[in-house]
Amino acid sequence: MTGNDDGTAGQEESVSFAVTGEYRAADRRASWKARWGIGRMKMRIKPGLYALGSPDPDSPVFASANYRLSFDALRTSVKGDAWLLVLDTKGINVWCAAGKGTFGTMELTRSIMESGLGDLLSRKEIIVPQLGAPGVAAHRVKAYTGFSVIYGPVRAEDIPSFMAAGKKAAPEMRRVRFGFADRMALSPIELVNFGKYLLPAAALLYFFGFRADAMLTAATLLSSTLLVPALLPWLPGRAFAIKSAAAGAIGLAAAYPFLSQDLFHACARALVYLPVASFIGLQFTGSSTYTSLSGVMKEMRAALPVQGVSLAAGLAMVLLRRFI
Amino acid sequence: MSLKYLKGVATLKLDEAKCIGCGMCVQVCPHAVLEMSGRKARITDVDMCMECGACAGNCPVEALSLKKGVGCAAAVITGLIKGTEPACGCGEGGDCC
Repeated sequence: MTGNDDGTAGQEESVSFAVTGEYRAADRRASWKARWGIGRMKMRIKPGLYALGSPDPDSPVFASANYRLSFDALRTSVKGDAWLLVLDTKGINVWCAAGKGTFGTMELTRSIMESGLGDLLSRKEIIVPQLGAPGVAAHRVKAYTGFSVIYGPVRAEDIPSFMAAGKKAAPEMRRVRFGFADRMALSPIELVNFGKYLLPAAALLYFFGFRADAMLTAATLLSSTLLVPALLPWLPGRAFAIKSAAAGAIGLAAAYPFLSQDLFHACARALVYLPVASFIGLQFTGSSTYTSLSGVMKEMRAALPVQGVSLAAGLAMVLLRRFI
Repeated sequence: MSLKYLKGVATLKLDEAKCIGCGMCVQVCPHAVLEMSGRKARITDVDMCMECGACAGNCPVEALSLKKGVGCAAAVITGLIKGTEPACGCGEGGDCC
C-alpha cells in the first residue's frame, strides 16, 4: 500500500486515503505470513474511505473488510478509478466477519454515514462483496442510508467482468469454490495450530525412547492437516470425522512398515491415533466453504464420544501389555 | 467434483406464499441452493445449504428461515465450553477462520 497526499480535484474536503492497484513483493510476503499464521493481527488496514487512482462522483464504490488480504485482493482487482470503503471488521476477512455480523448492516451503515460518500457521489450505490451478504441486509441499508447495495462477485478477480457486464455477475461468479488450491492454502494454518502441540509431544516421546510413537504422532499430524485438505473429495464418507480417520489410516499405514510392532500393538496404536486424526480433521470444517452448523453439530455429537472411547481403549491396551 | 455435506440436516425453509420473487436470495447464495422458478424462488438442493443466512437476511419479506451459523467444529467447542451459542474464538485479537 502506498499513499500520496495530492488527493483528487474537487475532493479536497473529503477525508480519503490514496491507494494504488499495484501488487508488490511486500504484499506477497504479507499473504504468505498470513497463511502461516504469523502476525495475523498486523494484517489490519485502517478503516475508512480510500481513493483508488483518481475517482470522481461517477466512480464505483466497493466495500471491503479491514483485513489486509481482503483489501489487497480488492484494490489489485478493480481495474480503474474507484472508491474503496473499508469497514472495521477487527482485522477479520469479509466472509468470517459477515458470519459474525461485524461485516454487517450496522457497520456498513455507519461507514457510509461517516465517509461522507452521500455528498461525494452522483449515484447512491455501493458494491458489496457477495460473501458479505450473510451479515448485510441490503434492504435495511437502503432504508437507513438511501444507498442501494449491489452484491459483487464472490472472487475479487471477477470484478472487471462484473463491471463490464453492467454490474451483473454470471452464475459461476456467485458460487464459492473449494478446489485443491483453495484447500491447500488453508493447510499451513492447520499444521501450525496443531503442530504446536503435537511436535513437542513427538519430541518428548522420542526423547523418552518411544520412537515408534514419536513417528506415529508426526504421521497423524501430517495426515490430518495435509492429507485431509489434499484428498478431501476422495476420502470416504461425507462427515469430516470419517474422512479424517481415513486420512489418519493412510498415515499409519505409510508409517507402519518402518516400525517393528506386532498385531496387538498395531491395533492399540490405531485405536489411539485414528481418533486424534479424526478430531483434528474435524476442525477443518471451519476452513471449508460448504459445511453447515447443523451438520457439524450432528457429526460432533456422534464423533466425539467414539473418539474418546477409542482413545481410552487404545491407551488401556498399551498399558495392559506393558504391566501384565 | 462437487463436495457435499451431510444429508437432511440443513434447516433452510422457504415460504413460497410470502415470496415476492425479487431474486435477492438467488443472488447472494454461494452454493446456488436457490433459483427462480417462474415468479417465485425455489430451493434446488437443500443439502448444499451451509446455513450462512445470506438469503434469509436479504429477503425483504422474511420468506426464508433457517438456523444461521458457522459450520465450524472449533466454534461449536468454544460454545460448549463457554455455555453459549457456537462462536468463533476470534473476536478481538485472536486467530480466526
